[in-house]
Amino acid sequence: MDKYVEMIRMRFLMMLAYRTDYYTGILIYSINIGAYYFLWNAIYGEKSSIEGLTSIQMTTYVAIAWMARAFYFNNIDREIAAEIKEGKVAIELIRPYNYLGMKTMQGLGEGIFRFFFFSIPGMILVALIFPIQLPYNPVSWGYFGISLLLSFVINTQINLLTGITAFFFYNNAGLIRAKRVIIDLFSGLILPISFYPFWAQDIMKYLPFQGISYVPSMIFTNGFSGSEIVYALLQQSVWVLILLIPIRLLWTAAKKQLIIQGG
Amino acid sequence: MNNAIEVTQLRKEFKSYSSRTGLRGAFRDLLTRNYKIVPAVNDINFTVKQGEMVAYIGENGAGKSTTIKMLTGILEPTSGKLRVNGMNPHREREKFTRTIGVVFGQRSQLWWDIAVQESFRLLKKVYKVSDQQYDEHMGHVIKTLDIGPLLDKPVRKLSLGQRMRCELAAALIHNPPLLFLDEPTIGLDVLVKLKIREFLKEINEKYNTTILLTTHDLGDIEALCNRVVMLDEGKIVYDGELDSLKNNWAEQKEIHFQFMNHVNLSELKSLPLTFSAEWEYDEKDQTYIAYLKEEDENISQLISVVVSQFKIKDVKIHETSIEEIVRNIYEKGMN
Ligand SMILES: Nc1ncnc2c1ncn2[C@@H]1O[C@H](COP(=O)(O)OP(=O)(O)OP(=O)(O)O)[C@@H](O)[C@H]1O
Ligand SMILES: [Mg+2]
Repeated sequence: MDKYVEMIRMRFLMMLAYRTDYYTGILIYSINIGAYYFLWNAIYGEKSSIEGLTSIQMTTYVAIAWMARAFYFNNIDREIAAEIKEGKVAIELIRPYNYLGMKTMQGLGEGIFRFFFFSIPGMILVALIFPIQLPYNPVSWGYFGISLLLSFVINTQINLLTGITAFFFYNNAGLIRAKRVIIDLFSGLILPISFYPFWAQDIMKYLPFQGISYVPSMIFTNGFSGSEIVYALLQQSVWVLILLIPIRLLWTAAKKQLIIQGG
Repeated sequence: MNNAIEVTQLRKEFKSYSSRTGLRGAFRDLLTRNYKIVPAVNDINFTVKQGEMVAYIGENGAGKSTTIKMLTGILEPTSGKLRVNGMNPHREREKFTRTIGVVFGQRSQLWWDIAVQESFRLLKKVYKVSDQQYDEHMGHVIKTLDIGPLLDKPVRKLSLGQRMRCELAAALIHNPPLLFLDEPTIGLDVLVKLKIREFLKEINEKYNTTILLTTHDLGDIEALCNRVVMLDEGKIVYDGELDSLKNNWAEQKEIHFQFMNHVNLSELKSLPLTFSAEWEYDEKDQTYIAYLKEEDENISQLISVVVSQFKIKDVKIHETSIEEIVRNIYEKGMN
């Protein structure tokens, strides 16, 4: 266990070494949130609520969805692909640890860093500029925390899956880009799931993506009632378990297939 | 357990794709690709005893690194049997990797952007080394390799020689009984090479560490290894003592002279020597080359006689390289 904690710390240190990159990041995210804020204001106009969300809830949804993204988002898939291309996995395989486990911990280290240096200051900044309603109830914060952690796990699992494909297709950059667009679209980051047409919602119910952004954001904005929250958390947990299966299968196949590039 | 490494009929094949020519060829490549199966390691056998230091040599592309990757559990062999430290490296990977140390000269295993000591700290945790063990063992390693002042520097700011010493230290954190070194001295200057050789000799004596190293530097082998395993196109072509290999195949040394004044080749040929030496004149570089067998004090005798008679501008002793030995073996056949 020790080594995994150490790996989180390590990644944290690495991020700290490059922290200036992040100040520009906060600005970009704030601009994004601002753009969506004005867009939604125009759409709402005189209406007090659409699909069960008031305009303040909508603003809060947009803000929290982007700030949560800073935590769950990582480039583990691209890192894995690069390590395979450059033959660096060789080094990882002579270590007595689980490569994918270590990659996950690196993602978590990155997530924790961004949570403190990005999401929190970013949220304070956004709350000062836009009308946002934070949950008063500590229980909602608790549910939100759990849900956010699960969303990190699901997103990372999907990243691991996309990353491992580099073992089979030497160049999987296109796949990685496609995955990114799919997640931004189907996770509810850009549009809450309840705004999609019913047939699309029906399909999305059977996909893991809404566990990444829609669920934690809805919990935060009080868009879910008590039993809906529990159901949503359960659904996230089930996806975490289901996704373990293809990861395991793909990884076993990948190790057999492995060819190390370079001398 | 007596043998650190046991290899029987070990084989690794790679698919090597070839592209068809032209546009039509490119389209056909999309559907089916031409490939050949190339054995990089071709049914080899050898064993290494605990505590031995073995040089694993051969020309570029001979299959050395591929063998090491199988021995360390990174690649799965196509066929053959493999027992290293009593385990199957690929099957029992996590347990197995605790018992080996690996250095790839061409590839860093330290984390690029952060201080060396952070990498050490992580590896210490990964290998579950206690504080006491670490202080005792690594304290010594750090002192011997003289890397104390480098520990708080990020790896990307180290020179190649500095980094390589840190790499070596990193591979030894858990004091493994078996060490694989794939070109550990590549690109290093003489002083760093000497330091690394001294160090390897010392840990071999102190802990009876088995060392398998690949290198293109005959000096490394002479300093460290009695035994040489030579590979060519995936097959072992020699397995035995370094001395007999050199006596049979290194044949000659070349000594290159440049003189201040003009010298006739015949004057050189008639120098009083107790052995025979052949002379040649290389017009392009204006150098005179003496070929002689490397025995007794031949070299010092030759040089001292030449120096006493002519004014010298430059002398170079040309070491026979591993590549030349391999070529000799191939041209003249084994035994
Ligand atoms: N990933 C790969 N795919 C296809 N062929 C490979 C691959 N890796 C190595 N080979 C081939 O296997 C052979 C042996 O390569 P290897 O890296 O083991 O050589 P080496 O003895 O270490 O050479 P060097 O001294 O140059 O490091 C070479 O012919 C090489 O082209
Ligand atoms: Mg090599």
